[in-house]
Amino acid sequence: MKLSLILAFRNLLGAGLRTWLNVGVLSFAFVVIIFYRGMIDGWNQQARRDSIAWEYGHGHLLHADYDPTDPFSVQDGHGILPRNQQQHLSPILLRQATVYPQGRMVPVVLKGIDVNQNTLAFPTRMLSGSTADIPAMVGTRMAKSLQLKQGEELLLRWRDKNGTFDAANITIAGIFDTDVSAVDNGQIWISIEKLWTMTNLQGHATFFVADGGYQPQEIDGWKFKSQKELLQSLDSIIQSKNIGGSIMYLLLLAIALLAIFDTQVLSIFRRQREIGTYISLGMTRWQVVGLFTTEGTMYSLLATIVGCIYGIPLLFFMANTGIAMPEATQDMGVSVAGTIYPVYGAGLIISTIVLVVISATIVSFLPARKIANMDPVNALKGKLQ
Amino acid sequence: MDQNIISIQNVTKRYPMGDREFTALKNINLEFKKGEFGGFVGPSGSGKTTLLNIIGSLDSPTEGKAIVMGKRISELSHKESALLRNLHIGFVFQVYNLLPIYTVYENVEFALLLQDNTKQERKKAVMEALEWVGLQDMADKKPSKLSGGEGQRVAIARAMVKRPQIVLADEPSANLDAKNAHGILQTMKQLNKELNTTFLFATHDEKVMEYLDRIIHLEDGQVAEDEIVTAKRTLTNSK
Repeated sequence: MKLSLILAFRNLLGAGLRTWLNVGVLSFAFVVIIFYRGMIDGWNQQARRDSIAWEYGHGHLLHADYDPTDPFSVQDGHGILPRNQQQHLSPILLRQATVYPQGRMVPVVLKGIDVNQNTLAFPTRMLSGSTADIPAMVGTRMAKSLQLKQGEELLLRWRDKNGTFDAANITIAGIFDTDVSAVDNGQIWISIEKLWTMTNLQGHATFFVADGGYQPQEIDGWKFKSQKELLQSLDSIIQSKNIGGSIMYLLLLAIALLAIFDTQVLSIFRRQREIGTYISLGMTRWQVVGLFTTEGTMYSLLATIVGCIYGIPLLFFMANTGIAMPEATQDMGVSVAGTIYPVYGAGLIISTIVLVVISATIVSFLPARKIANMDPVNALKGKLQ
Repeated sequence: MDQNIISIQNVTKRYPMGDREFTALKNINLEFKKGEFGGFVGPSGSGKTTLLNIIGSLDSPTEGKAIVMGKRISELSHKESALLRNLHIGFVFQVYNLLPIYTVYENVEFALLLQDNTKQERKKAVMEALEWVGLQDMADKKPSKLSGGEGQRVAIARAMVKRPQIVLADEPSANLDAKNAHGILQTMKQLNKELNTTFLFATHDEKVMEYLDRIIHLEDGQVAEDEIVTAKRTLTNSK
């Protein structure tokens, strides 16, 4: 093995430009794979972190009639949970409403939130600190789409529990900035106490957000969805992104591996005399197979070194400055930060190196194993086809 | 010089050639003693190289026995025949077969890398081998910078560095001019005398034949004549 390594290293260095072209392509594949996977991991971590902070908390206790995927269930999907069962839970009440910005009519979801809650990252002090009659807060996306500014008044129309329409002016007490569009687009947040008064639904909630101390229990008329269950849709979106990305980087890797395969096939044909000489000097055929396979594997090891030389500063720079995401991605329905910071874990780097080294070894071995069946006499004459 | 190190007994070699078979060697019987300086002589296709390849365990006979250093070639595994070549047999080829990306030193050192020698031992042996062929100053040169004669000298050094019992040289002078051919043959003859290494040539070059002590004439894969020429040469010189 040591001999193979020494000889393979000498052979690769001796091959000059051919080696460095292969190493260059493979190192590029390395860096792109690590960057892309780091980007997905960074996005994944950010999306999970933000979704937990702004939307999911440590789980949702949903009213049995409320289905988050069915907007019609908002009307009746609410109820009262006894006070003694509300420990470590923060209530949210959803109502359908309409606002009239600049003479337009826009349907919205009116969301009531406890102004004293600490479970979610909402800056509810915007509501508690306001002297307006009905203070409200909206996210930046909502503010942009309705062209709302802080302090602006807006006509809101809603229905109370009996279905009677009512209307009043609300005041935009604050505009919050979140990466989670699911708590921003089409939503207006007000104090839940105010909403209870407005709708005569005193003490009602559509769902509760659990904090870290909540112990799930069976409650009649309510269903608990753990943080893990709530994150499932996000996980599947990230998973599909990962698969899409994998296809892209596997294609890139395939191109790099094809270059190695091609070099190996050509090498074995072009270096027949050399192979014959190795055998005549006392190497076994499998030692020669090992030498050629090691040469191929060493492309990946050299590519790792070369990739480190330009990849580490580049990836480090990317991890610090982040990648600015286009504005359109904010409306993807999944949390996307304005800037994504790639995360390069040891597992990611090691698994990528192992993937590339094993792949390079396999594509090097496949053509090299032909040497085992070579006739050394014909190889010495360069007569093999 | 009385120890038999190569024994060829009723060796026949046939190659498939399309639908038919080509017989390269027919019922060859030969014995070689340690320290011989002999050669197979004959026209192209007479079986010289085939016989050399069988002795070098690069090929095996279709029929008969080829026993080299007490080992029957056809019964050796790939690993055993590789070991035989590595420890006991050196090759010199017509086109030198030097490894182009290695330096002269590395080319000569190669055979020793397959053995368990220390770096110091290898260095000593390589420099000694290069001294035998007069190329100690060219150790750092690449084969592409050498003349034909120098290239063949490197090949001889590579064959001799492990001090093998047998050196097989296939048309070693075919690509060399007369001066270089005599130069490398004198070197080999000297090594044969100093180290008692058995040299076997495959050649049709008159210049090589001048140096051989034993000439085996091959025709159509058969031994036409096996002559000891040392005695004749001594007789001619004394007249």
